[in-house]
Amino acid sequence: MKVGFFLREAVRALRRNAAPSFAALATILLTMLVIGVFIPIVQATTGAANDVRNRVLVDVYLVRGATPTDIARVRQTLLGTANVKRVEFVSKQQAYEQQRKTDPEAFQLLGENPLPDTFRVTPKNPDDVLSIASALAPTSSGGKSTPIDRAIDSVNTRRDDTKKILEVTRFVKLMAATLAVLLIAASIFLIANTIRLSLYARRREVEVMKLVGATDWFIRWPFVIEGIVVGAFGTLLAILLLAIGKIAIIDPLASDFTLISAPSTMPFTALIVVMMAAGIAISALGSGLSLRRFLRV
Amino acid sequence: MPVKTGNPRHSRRAADEPAPIAAARSAVPHRASPGNAAVIEFRGVEKRYDVGAVGLDQATFSIGRGEWAFLVGSTGSGKSTIMRLLIKELEPTAGSIRVAGRDLGEIDRKRVPYYRRNIGVVFQDFKLLPNRTVYDNVAYALQVTGGSRKEIRAKVPDILRLTGLSTKLHNFPDQLSGGEQQRVAIARAFVNHPPLLLADEPTGNLDPETSIGIMQLLYRINRAGTTVLVATHDNSMVDKMRRRVIELSHGRIVRDEATGLYVRDESTREFAVRMRDGLPESPPVVEKR
Repeated sequence: MKVGFFLREAVRALRRNAAPSFAALATILLTMLVIGVFIPIVQATTGAANDVRNRVLVDVYLVRGATPTDIARVRQTLLGTANVKRVEFVSKQQAYEQQRKTDPEAFQLLGENPLPDTFRVTPKNPDDVLSIASALAPTSSGGKSTPIDRAIDSVNTRRDDTKKILEVTRFVKLMAATLAVLLIAASIFLIANTIRLSLYARRREVEVMKLVGATDWFIRWPFVIEGIVVGAFGTLLAILLLAIGKIAIIDPLASDFTLISAPSTMPFTALIVVMMAAGIAISALGSGLSLRRFLRV
Repeated sequence: MPVKTGNPRHSRRAADEPAPIAAARSAVPHRASPGNAAVIEFRGVEKRYDVGAVGLDQATFSIGRGEWAFLVGSTGSGKSTIMRLLIKELEPTAGSIRVAGRDLGEIDRKRVPYYRRNIGVVFQDFKLLPNRTVYDNVAYALQVTGGSRKEIRAKVPDILRLTGLSTKLHNFPDQLSGGEQQRVAIARAFVNHPPLLLADEPTGNLDPETSIGIMQLLYRINRAGTTVLVATHDNSMVDKMRRRVIELSHGRIVRDEATGLYVRDESTREFAVRMRDGLPESPPVVEKR
């Protein structure tokens, strides 16, 4: 009986106060839409940054005419080096095929394959790159580095590039996190404000209820239920729009751009659950808490 | 749910409910002699507002069960302060207020809603819920106390018939005249049959003819045994009613007496006739607050 009464009260309030309810709904819809777009973007950016960091490699070029025995020996040496996560061998031929794809004409002119056999060494942590390089080719006092194996021609870390990549990606990740925090805070304030505004329009009503002898919770429950309904409905609409956007725009593009299909973005269902919970919680809590001011009659 | 809104008569509060209220509920015949078993008792009550204004200064008076009393005085004399103290919207700065034997100072904030259900209140600006029909406005006062649907269906049409609103059940407040809105407010105030009814300028927004109808309704409620306290500055009305008058000026009680003789027991009809007598000479519109 009680729950039914509060539900009916909430529905009545929504019907009779269509304009403020709509304003609250629109606010929640918009903020949820922005958050729904932004969460995957933040995740994709972070994912992409991590991806780039993982591409920080040590290239070990072998001398021309390295025999298979040399290659096997170098591989063992590399695997035995500290901080090495993975070693990948790219033969002359493979390297040539790869490069020729990017620029067929240039390689046509070359005729002969100028590329050496290469080992790509992936460090356990991108920050270890330089220490691996110096372990493989210690720098002598003269400033000249000598490889530890005679089959190794040179060790290349692209020192400057590596440093830049590490710095930039760190900055990108930090920015993404900051923006996410700011956006969520802004959403909460916006929703809370809209709710407070719609409650302010009805403060006289609350005052009358108190004078008739209604307890605080008797007055509050319908408002909280109203908040839940508005929050759920607004979020639902936002999710629908996002789903349409995802199916119509993102999915067709995903095959063309690797960034969008970056593996680290949240699954859509998880996103829906998070948004639903956030939308309802913010809206219901906002209504219940904002009401406190007007209950002091 | 933490809501505890059982009908106070059946809830655990029944035990500590003061006897006079229970007694008044059982339809005490009107005209209990004033003074004994006071429903309202002010003792040296003082109210100073934060800004330094004096709302009420050393007010001492008591109003007996079934009595009718007027509070008169110009704007800012403290009439509304007394009303707001009585519904515990304000706290006195000093002194004690007892309603039906209960010291208001001892009612904590959480208990205030339960206390208010024992008092009917009528305001100058009606204070109806704008998005509810007449029926629902009155029903809300019962829903608040946890009244069942059956109870609501039985009581609300009854009280609306008593107040002459049977044909307006499903109208919204903004579709009613001022007099009708005030009748709805009175119906809402009285539907729980409180032992005490407070009316703060109930006719302040109404024309003289409509005002008489409202006073007639309040008189009928008073005759049923309910103590009625009316704040007003409609002096002609007060003079005609010939009831007890408590006059305030700058927060002080300057007069507390029965105007002339108490009118002998008269029927509502006689009352109305007497009130209308000489209406044309009475000042047409009372200055609004």
